[in-house]
Amino acid sequence: MDKLKSLDDLKNLREEARKTTTTRQSTENLIIVGMGTCGISAGARDVMNTILEELNKRDLSDVNVTQTGCIGMCEKEVLVDVKLKGKERVSYGRVTPQDVSRIIANHVINGQIVEDLVVGKPES
Amino acid sequence: MYRSHVLVCSGTGCTSSGCVEVQENLEKELSNNKLENEVKLIQTGCHGLCELGPIVIVYPEGTSYFRVEGKDVKELVEEHLLKGRPVDRLMYKEPISEEQVPYYNDINFYKKQSRIVLRNCGYIDPESIEEYIARGGYDGLSRALSEFSQDEVIEEVKESGLRGRGGAGFPTGVKWGFARQAPGDKKYIICNADEGDPGAFMDRSILEGDPHSVIEGMAIGGYAIGADEGYIYVRAEYPLAIKRLRKALEAAEGLGLLGENILGTGFNFKLKIKEGAGAFVCGEETALMASIEGNRGMPRPRPPFPAQKGLWGKPSNINNVETLACVPVILSEGAGSFNSVGTENSKGTKVFALTGKINNTGLVEVPMGIKIKDIIYTIGGGIQEDKAFKAVQIGGPSGGCLPEDKIDLPVDYDSLTQAGAIMGSGGLVVMDEETCIVDVARFFLKFTQTESCGKCTPCREGTKRMLEILERITQGEGKEGDVELLEELGSMVKETSLCGLGQTAPNPVLSTTKHFRDEYNAHILDRRCPAGACSDLLIYKILEDKCKGCTKCVKACPQDAITGEKKEVHVIDQDKCIKCGACVDQCKFEAIVLG
Repeated sequence: MDKLKSLDDLKNLREEARKTTTTRQSTENLIIVGMGTCGISAGARDVMNTILEELNKRDLSDVNVTQTGCIGMCEKEVLVDVKLKGKERVSYGRVTPQDVSRIIANHVINGQIVEDLVVGKPES
Repeated sequence: MYRSHVLVCSGTGCTSSGCVEVQENLEKELSNNKLENEVKLIQTGCHGLCELGPIVIVYPEGTSYFRVEGKDVKELVEEHLLKGRPVDRLMYKEPISEEQVPYYNDINFYKKQSRIVLRNCGYIDPESIEEYIARGGYDGLSRALSEFSQDEVIEEVKESGLRGRGGAGFPTGVKWGFARQAPGDKKYIICNADEGDPGAFMDRSILEGDPHSVIEGMAIGGYAIGADEGYIYVRAEYPLAIKRLRKALEAAEGLGLLGENILGTGFNFKLKIKEGAGAFVCGEETALMASIEGNRGMPRPRPPFPAQKGLWGKPSNINNVETLACVPVILSEGAGSFNSVGTENSKGTKVFALTGKINNTGLVEVPMGIKIKDIIYTIGGGIQEDKAFKAVQIGGPSGGCLPEDKIDLPVDYDSLTQAGAIMGSGGLVVMDEETCIVDVARFFLKFTQTESCGKCTPCREGTKRMLEILERITQGEGKEGDVELLEELGSMVKETSLCGLGQTAPNPVLSTTKHFRDEYNAHILDRRCPAGACSDLLIYKILEDKCKGCTKCVKACPQDAITGEKKEVHVIDQDKCIKCGACVDQCKFEAIVLG
């Protein structure tokens, strides 16, 4: 790596470096992927990888991706929940890798729930 | 981007309990399950709960696993990382309530701590300068160089109330002021990492877990006093600390955070590591400097103080590892944030190495002013096997033993000194009812006696005579007047020794004769060791009314010292008995007791 020649260089490096450690910070923005046996066989791993790629592409480092086991709606796998800070948790079902960019762009970034994929959400 | 970070402790403690195998198996299993692009594996420094190592923490949830062995890894990866099902059996259980605690931050041991010095230990990869920088690292240095004059840095450190964490508790800012004012162009700043107290390992853990915080602290100190060169004096017995330090120095030089014209501010500063052979006396600043110069590590009288005439005759400033690790935080977050923690005359936090008969042994950082009781019972989880608390040795071999009635004492420099102990570097050894206090005093004195460099007579001869008396007492050959003699010798050694080693060596003896006089008397007058620890003073006897004559003890005795017919009361021949206690373990009727 090049030498840091000024205070700004250090600041810039810090901003860059922060992104790599955010997974260890508690953030209240979570995307939770159902990874029970049912989820995995329905393709949860591909969905999760697409989520990670999408977050990376959009530089959304304050969103953590985590996983959970089967919650009982096996026929609706892959299940993906989005829980944003201060908002209720919304569950999406039968999510495919193609749906991921919509969920992230509409819901995570703009706060608009992707209605056609929803299997459970708080009553408004 | 990774969805999960798995942190494996790789401090010296966890290394010896098998973290390397855990680490290797994790790598293997992650790759078997094709998780290597989703899950990032990070080696960290010490988390503190060394006894329960190796420790593995999974983020973002912060689920923590303890005593993880190589064979547990497959389950951990397949269950937790692949399927999101935490593995309950590897989670922490609170010692008293036995409640299972899945998350790192909810464990009492961690919850009651407040981490300034250890802020990064166990959280970042100590071999990655980027991770240190991501956590605000080198911000203190960049602020010092750009926003503060040299005097203002010293003022800020004075304002923070930081006092030396190496033992004596001298105000760090004032010390820096002396070195700054000393005339001369060439000055040195030195880090004393010659940690040698029995039971102490906080300096090692800081260097292993967060080496950059010490490097940054030294660079700030160097700027403040006008030094362009520094030495880290670290004992060669700490190979992992040295390895990580070297790596950290290289990385800091690589980024230009050490070297010429740092961050374009015109400040030049370089650091060197000096490996010491591990002599206790080299923790004394004048002996330490002699050792860096290539001479035998022996102290010399002060004045002149190092600030006037130090390394190679130049003005020098020596600070302890923990002291230096506080400095970056003071500069980046301000003196006010640091001095809001602690008591009136003891600001900030103190790292303790908690050892002895306690449930949670390990490394803890607590706010100054916390009660000893809270450290032992809340953080430490109480005494092992629910035995009774007897004493706590604070401050290592230079410190003192405090009895139960001092357990409510707040931990700060002044109240500890008043009670006859010292903060010291932070060793905290907890003893239960089965520890003999005379034997403890003998143990610590034996340590300092062996480590005495021998240059001055009071320390060389005085500690030897004191040790002889203590050995006699524990062997049941104490004489009336021995305690008075110990006290007289002790105060003489304290007053007349050349350096801190001799000046503090009698402390464990003097504090125990003061607080545990009865126990000394029992040894000397009654030839009895109340704790049942001094083997020369023990007599095993068989209680007639309890002995069933089962002959189990006869078979267990390696000396054939027990005789008696079947179904009749047995007896022990005291001349043959070697007090091994084998018979006690075999007796089902609790008929054999210490008398």
